[in-house]
Amino acid sequence: MADIAAVEARAVTKIFGAGAEGVRALDDVSVAIRQNEFFTLLGPSGCGKTTLLRLIAGFEQPSSGEILLKGSPVEHLPPYQRAVNTVFQSYALFPHMTVAQNISFGLEMRGAPKEKTGSVVEEMLALVKMTGLGNRRPSQLSGGQQQRVALARALANHPEVLLLDEPLSALDLKLRQEMRSELKNLQRRTGITFVFVTHDQEEALTMSDRIAVMSKGKIQQLGAPLDIYERPVNRFVADFIGDTNFIEAAVDGREGDFVHCRVEGGLDFLAHPTGNPAPGAKVTLAVRPEKILLKAGGGLGTVAQTVYVGTDTNYEIRLSDSLRLNVRVQNAMDGRAQFAIGDKVGIDVPPGAARMLVD
Amino acid sequence: MSVATLPAESTPASERVARAQAIARKRWLRTRWGLSAPALVIIGLFGILPLMIMVIYSFLEAGEYGGVVWNFSTDAYVSFLFQRDIFDGTLAFSPDYLIIYLRSIALAFATTVICLALGFPTAYFMATRPPHRRQMWVFLITIPFWSNLLVRTLAVMLIIRDEGLVNDLLIWLGIIDKPIVLLYTNFATMLGLLYSFLPFMVLPLYASLEKMDFRLVEAGFDLYATRGKVLRRIIIPLARPGIVAGCLLVFIPAIGAYVTPLILGGGKHLMIGPLIALQFGSSRNWPLGSAQALILMVGVMIALLFYVRSATGKAQALHG
Repeated sequence: MADIAAVEARAVTKIFGAGAEGVRALDDVSVAIRQNEFFTLLGPSGCGKTTLLRLIAGFEQPSSGEILLKGSPVEHLPPYQRAVNTVFQSYALFPHMTVAQNISFGLEMRGAPKEKTGSVVEEMLALVKMTGLGNRRPSQLSGGQQQRVALARALANHPEVLLLDEPLSALDLKLRQEMRSELKNLQRRTGITFVFVTHDQEEALTMSDRIAVMSKGKIQQLGAPLDIYERPVNRFVADFIGDTNFIEAAVDGREGDFVHCRVEGGLDFLAHPTGNPAPGAKVTLAVRPEKILLKAGGGLGTVAQTVYVGTDTNYEIRLSDSLRLNVRVQNAMDGRAQFAIGDKVGIDVPPGAARMLVD
Repeated sequence: MSVATLPAESTPASERVARAQAIARKRWLRTRWGLSAPALVIIGLFGILPLMIMVIYSFLEAGEYGGVVWNFSTDAYVSFLFQRDIFDGTLAFSPDYLIIYLRSIALAFATTVICLALGFPTAYFMATRPPHRRQMWVFLITIPFWSNLLVRTLAVMLIIRDEGLVNDLLIWLGIIDKPIVLLYTNFATMLGLLYSFLPFMVLPLYASLEKMDFRLVEAGFDLYATRGKVLRRIIIPLARPGIVAGCLLVFIPAIGAYVTPLILGGGKHLMIGPLIALQFGSSRNWPLGSAQALILMVGVMIALLFYVRSATGKAQALHG
């Protein structure tokens, strides 16, 4: 049983509009979301992540391909017959009902007796830490509280899959960070499969078991947060997740597990190879700013700019007219930046810190 | 304001501030009344004064050739329900006017219900069109207003009379062989009212449905509500202000309608509007006309009070 995917999309394509004006929101997407998984669809707006969510919920029908819930196809089922519930981006709480009525709505629609809905409502209010607020109206709640009610309303139905459409985007930073760990805890405790849509890479990295990075209606990369961050497969993923230096380099030859690459200006990289590039081939390397080490007194680069960001300082190191690197260095114990503008610095890139990209 | 922050020992200063503030306040009040004056004059002159005249006239005696004789009398109210015998002057209950009132209420009520039944789907359809098309639908709904009500009512008459479009068509199709009498019936009056007042139902309904967040409908579906339940539990409660407004805007003018019952209802199916007009016209009984108008007004006001209270109160009881 555990092998059956909680949600599966098979070659799903969704086209909005018709003919030449049709917009391909999803392009032949296949993905299997495991049971009890915190799965995130991550991508910029317009990448198709919300469309995929709406297809799973049943608000839209795929143009081709099929959606399966626990192994059975659901295209023919309207949203109210699918064992999934949604937390909407703007919460979509019913303004004419109280918090308790909002939470019990789903149970009531499925004909649960009053005594049962009452106890579930109390249980859900406790779960989202809103005990005693059952008689309030949504308009009397803060954004964070509305968010919790939306969660409680969806979870009250004990869905097999909970769909969350950018649920944190309307909250302020502090609250957003709190809700992140709360959501993650909630998912662990309830064991419900979460499908979470966001454009915020930090949310995705901190909460997810697996992430699907989407762009232009396709899944660009699917993997654990560590994989996505450390081993981006293409330029889009490397660029979208975290900060990255993109460096044009020429392949020199293999050196053990790595490929030796040469960059104009005399910088050498031992990069993770992708495929089997021939010596002399032009490639793009991706290096995270925090993986580059700076040494005082070297002659390779000059500090062109420093930006203090609290724990770290971001340096812009000028190597040549065409090559500048962003480097992130943790500040010394006294909080002082280690280098100043104009300092000559040496640059050290450990083997494997650079990754060769496909495009 | 900076004076007010001075220490407490400078009492004269703070007194001066208080006086200045009082003067400023008086000036502000005067400005406010001054600016409201035009509106107040209009309300008084054209709203309250005519009403007072009506109330006073209803308690006077009728003049022989119209107008009133300045003697206090409750005859108008008595004759609303009773008929005085010409010979011995005894009073006998006469329900004639009451029947006209009840007919008016029934027709206006039926018109309102049918307008709601037709108007709600129409407004829902309009509100769910893409935003740039909605303007066009609103425009189309208002087109009938562009021509005169009298002309439109006469057009309805042409359609439903014995040799009219409907009967001709039915005879031509062989469904009937002699015309169905449609004109000069209660049905004709109601049809005319329905036709005249449908836009007054559609527009407020549209306004409240258009404001509705349709993600709530999706949320309803997501929470296992079927289409019918979404309609009953989410859409209708949220459209309630529009429903209340639409019903008022149809019922009130329908119950006092004049042109439509006059033209389409004929003499046998009188409604309140033509009845009152009659008292000021050929009957030359101004006090009775005033009394009838007042009875209608008070009746409608009491009914509305109950309607609005139950419509909004129920909402609170249900969801509070």
